[in-house]
Amino acid sequence: MKPSSFGYSRPESVAEAIQILASIGPDGKVLAGGQSLVPLLNMRLAAPTHLVDINRLSELAFISVADGQVTVGATARHTDVLRDPVAAAAQPLLRKALSLVAHPVIRNRGTTVGSIVHADPSGEMTAVLALLGGSVRLASTSGQRCVTANEFFLGPLESDVRPDELATEASFPVLPPSAGCAFAEVSRRHGDYAVCGVAALVEIDEDGLVARARAAYLSVAGTPLMLDLTEACGDVGGDLEQAYFAEAGRLAMSQLRPADDIHATASYRRHLAGVLTERALYEAYQQARGRAHD
Amino acid sequence: MTDAGLADVLFDVRLVVNGIVHTVAVPARRLLSDCLRHDLRLTGTHVGCEHGVCGACTVLVDGVATRSCLMLTVSADNAEITTVEGLTEPDGTLSPVQQAFADCHGLQCGFCTPGFLTTITAALADIPDPTHDEAREIIGGNLCRCTGYQNIVKAVLRAAELRRQLS
Repeated sequence: MKPSSFGYSRPESVAEAIQILASIGPDGKVLAGGQSLVPLLNMRLAAPTHLVDINRLSELAFISVADGQVTVGATARHTDVLRDPVAAAAQPLLRKALSLVAHPVIRNRGTTVGSIVHADPSGEMTAVLALLGGSVRLASTSGQRCVTANEFFLGPLESDVRPDELATEASFPVLPPSAGCAFAEVSRRHGDYAVCGVAALVEIDEDGLVARARAAYLSVAGTPLMLDLTEACGDVGGDLEQAYFAEAGRLAMSQLRPADDIHATASYRRHLAGVLTERALYEAYQQARGRAHD
Repeated sequence: MTDAGLADVLFDVRLVVNGIVHTVAVPARRLLSDCLRHDLRLTGTHVGCEHGVCGACTVLVDGVATRSCLMLTVSADNAEITTVEGLTEPDGTLSPVQQAFADCHGLQCGFCTPGFLTTITAALADIPDPTHDEAREIIGGNLCRCTGYQNIVKAVLRAAELRRQLS
């Protein structure tokens, strides 16, 4: 339960960090908050030869809202993002999802960009990035590139970050004025990884009809899975009840193929996906209606 | 301390622990929890699960509650750290949170207690007057196998009262 030996660097700038990453080769690893990486080191499930500790890169500790995006730098802690009132107003899903990420003490140290790069299929922020169609910016000595969420997640714990690259920021599109969002999950104990979770986004048109309904799922596939459920939402306007979204829940269930594990059977996970889809879409719809009336 | 026949490179790290400056030479892989307990002999910080689940090793790093088993000592260079030993006044007077645990029977075996005390101390600085639900949320990341938590929730609310009386 102790990490094996590794080399260690603590750069003071992004330029220095990517120089080090370029020089250490494929067995190096970036250390940000370490709330997922250090357990893996302690249990020796991971044994990188060199860690590049980016915690002193204060230039990446920012949270900004500009050009229709909430952008979070690589050393901004979950707690910083959760408490940022400007980010929460621009994209309420960030706060809704972050309040479900582990426990407050873990959020004090863990970073939002780090959890996205870690690409855990049970991670809330990966689903948020996928649902919103966000992106991750990567820097290396050969330049920068921006990867969209649908291309970023390659498999369980595998994201499109090359060994010589540093993820410097993640961007989340702001919530449109006629849209609402919600996050619903079920976990065995408060703060645990979700057995199943759903992030939902609903947009309504000027007649109050559901114009678009999407949901992203955690813990049911190897990567955050996004479904467009608009076709299951009929042309009914007005003050809709939660039952209106039951058809969307059934559509989601028919498209998901979760796996069994020690925490839940596949059929229980599918059941949860249906119930949580209905619940999250309804909450997102209510928020969209409230915003449209403001 | 060798691994695969290679000696670990040592790093000089400066830590201010409970107001006292320490300089230690540690390998990069030394967890902050192990540095506090083994190098500095501050054994009040307890190590339970060593992967961030139990909360027993929680300390304050620059005032922020942090799992010391999930932080490398080298990452904490120049940080100000408060352990459970640092919560008590120099004359031995218990802090409000410690007094509340004594008053409310918030502990039995005491193994998890250092992590609860540090976590609650930091949380009450942010939320001075927590509701019952907020008190439960504050301690949601700490495991206790003895008390059943009810008396710890009471202790959070009592500690908030004691803090208000002091201020």
